[in-house]
Amino acid sequence: MSKNNTVFIGKNKSFWDRNRRSEGYLLQRRTKQICISIVRALLMFGLCFMIIQPMLIRFSTAFMEEKDLYDSTIVLVPRHLTTENFQHVFNLTGFPTSMVNTLWISLVVSVLQVISCTFVAYGFARFEFPLKKFWFACVVLLIIVPPTTIQTSLYMSFANFDIFGIFKALTGGPINLRTSMLPYALMSLTCMGLKNGLYIYMLRQYFKNVPDSLEEAARVDGCSTLRTFTQIMLPDAMPTIASCFLFSFVWQWTDLFYSRNFLSTYKLYSVELSSIVSRMSRYFSADASVAVVVPVGRQQQLISIGVLICCIPLIILYCFTQKTFVQSLAMTGSKE
Amino acid sequence: MAVQNNGIREHWYDGILDALKIYIPGNSTFRTMRARNARTGTLFILPFIIGFLVFMCRPLVESFIFSFNDVTLVPGQGYAQSFVGINNFKHALLVDPEYNEYLLEEVGQMIINTIATLVISFVVAVILNQDFKGRTLCRAIFFLPVILSSGVLPGIEHQNEFYDMMSGMAEAMEGSSGVNISEALQQLLSVSGVGNQVFEVVFTMIDSIYDIVMASGIQIIVFLSGLQSISPSLYEAADVEGCSAWESFWKITFPMVSPLLLVNCIYTIIDFFMKNDNKVMELIYQVTYQDFKFGISAAMSWMYFGIALAFIGISSFIITKAVKSYE
Repeated sequence: MSKNNTVFIGKNKSFWDRNRRSEGYLLQRRTKQICISIVRALLMFGLCFMIIQPMLIRFSTAFMEEKDLYDSTIVLVPRHLTTENFQHVFNLTGFPTSMVNTLWISLVVSVLQVISCTFVAYGFARFEFPLKKFWFACVVLLIIVPPTTIQTSLYMSFANFDIFGIFKALTGGPINLRTSMLPYALMSLTCMGLKNGLYIYMLRQYFKNVPDSLEEAARVDGCSTLRTFTQIMLPDAMPTIASCFLFSFVWQWTDLFYSRNFLSTYKLYSVELSSIVSRMSRYFSADASVAVVVPVGRQQQLISIGVLICCIPLIILYCFTQKTFVQSLAMTGSKE
Repeated sequence: MAVQNNGIREHWYDGILDALKIYIPGNSTFRTMRARNARTGTLFILPFIIGFLVFMCRPLVESFIFSFNDVTLVPGQGYAQSFVGINNFKHALLVDPEYNEYLLEEVGQMIINTIATLVISFVVAVILNQDFKGRTLCRAIFFLPVILSSGVLPGIEHQNEFYDMMSGMAEAMEGSSGVNISEALQQLLSVSGVGNQVFEVVFTMIDSIYDIVMASGIQIIVFLSGLQSISPSLYEAADVEGCSAWESFWKITFPMVSPLLLVNCIYTIIDFFMKNDNKVMELIYQVTYQDFKFGISAAMSWMYFGIALAFIGISSFIITKAVKSYE
């Protein structure tokens, strides 16, 4: 559409000259193009600004002192710079510990999820086995069942964990698995973690598009199935796997549902952040037994700092891996 | 051997019989290449099968049973349940003061949001597919919400009265000149005699455009990839034949991308139903962990799931019908 289809009539002719020759068509076309690009630029700028603006506001308010918040002459640039707010938020969310916990749990969980999802996706993409359609329907079901539907039952079964009464016979009672990371690790290993159906779907789409001849050649040369998978399919699939890993990592980082239900013994940043308001009144009172009312503006300022701290690592990660994110997702979507 | 020939099954149970032959040794099929491959494949998806049966199937069935029972926690022994029929559903719909209202509200919001998300993400994808300066940056920014609006973050953002306060102050500073755009438009339209009811929907859309853009990161990328897979020679041919850009948009771009509409529509609906700041989700969580009414919360979430499924079914029916007509 943006291609210039004008007939070449001379190098040194001026624009108006050429316009006259084309009987006004050139001018019309050029005006149209410029109009379109102005509208487009405005629209894009507006929408991009809308996405970024909350972050910018957060950033500017983060360094304000409390009195700056109520001063209506201050909109963006703080008059009294302070980093004291960050200290408060660190204390409120148990900063270094909760962040480190979030980091390693997200890492472990997403690695487990991606490994198992890759295996399953390869199985779905490359093998014919009985009930394949049924199992794939189960994957789709996994995507669309809201986790709230099963949370009660999962909660119960992990709080009183038992396999066919084995533990009851051995220790005289069911064991509570909610105090450890084991249930969630097991769930991740069996593709039941956060949005795992989606990763299986994405990876399956990728594997389906790899030409058969690659594997056939390997098989003719006497390569075993597992070796074909690990040495021929996996290296090529790395970009897609990496993007699944990133998704998994990011969503686990901010996840509240699974963290609240299964990882309640670990201090995770997302959980701490979600209950930051309720802890504020205690924190700001002089002695711990009396609760003070924290003004709304102040509350929101601290929340937004909390969100900022949560986002910054992710944004930095995103800056470096933006291409991986977008590209492999694009590849997945196109071959529906 | 009806199964192998042409792959057509004569009876519904043929698949299961076939499966038995493949997994249990001692027959002619077991040692064939096909059976061996099938076993390897099953081995690959075995983690999923186990996980699905243990962590999905069982809880799903269990919670379905819960929804018809009165469940109470018994310390030291787990829980006890007694059958109460559909009382839980009745309680959720008729007694609980909030569930009904929230459910209706969320569903209405969902319909509006889904349509708006699809339209906006399509428009943005078309724009991003054109060639202009800063396109890469724009793409990066439009995808940023996928990260920034996941998990805890949107819920917390939602209760952000602080920003309302800030914008209120800004308006106060400007004095009376600060006009709410949608309000002004509304006045204008009502003066000109256009029905208010119809435009209310549009105004909600305009007012919630931030939420919509924040929720459409993945949809934009999916549409964009669809647009990029259209061969440029199609446009060239259309151009040579004297097709205007507008025509070629409706005759080429739209039909080529419309299959992705279904994927995006389903994704949007699911995404909306599972958001953390969803009022129904919050209510269910509250009923479960603060009131410990497990039966009622199970009933609530099953109804919620049923509605979500119904919407996915309806929308995929409509879209497949609509897309078929293009072919």
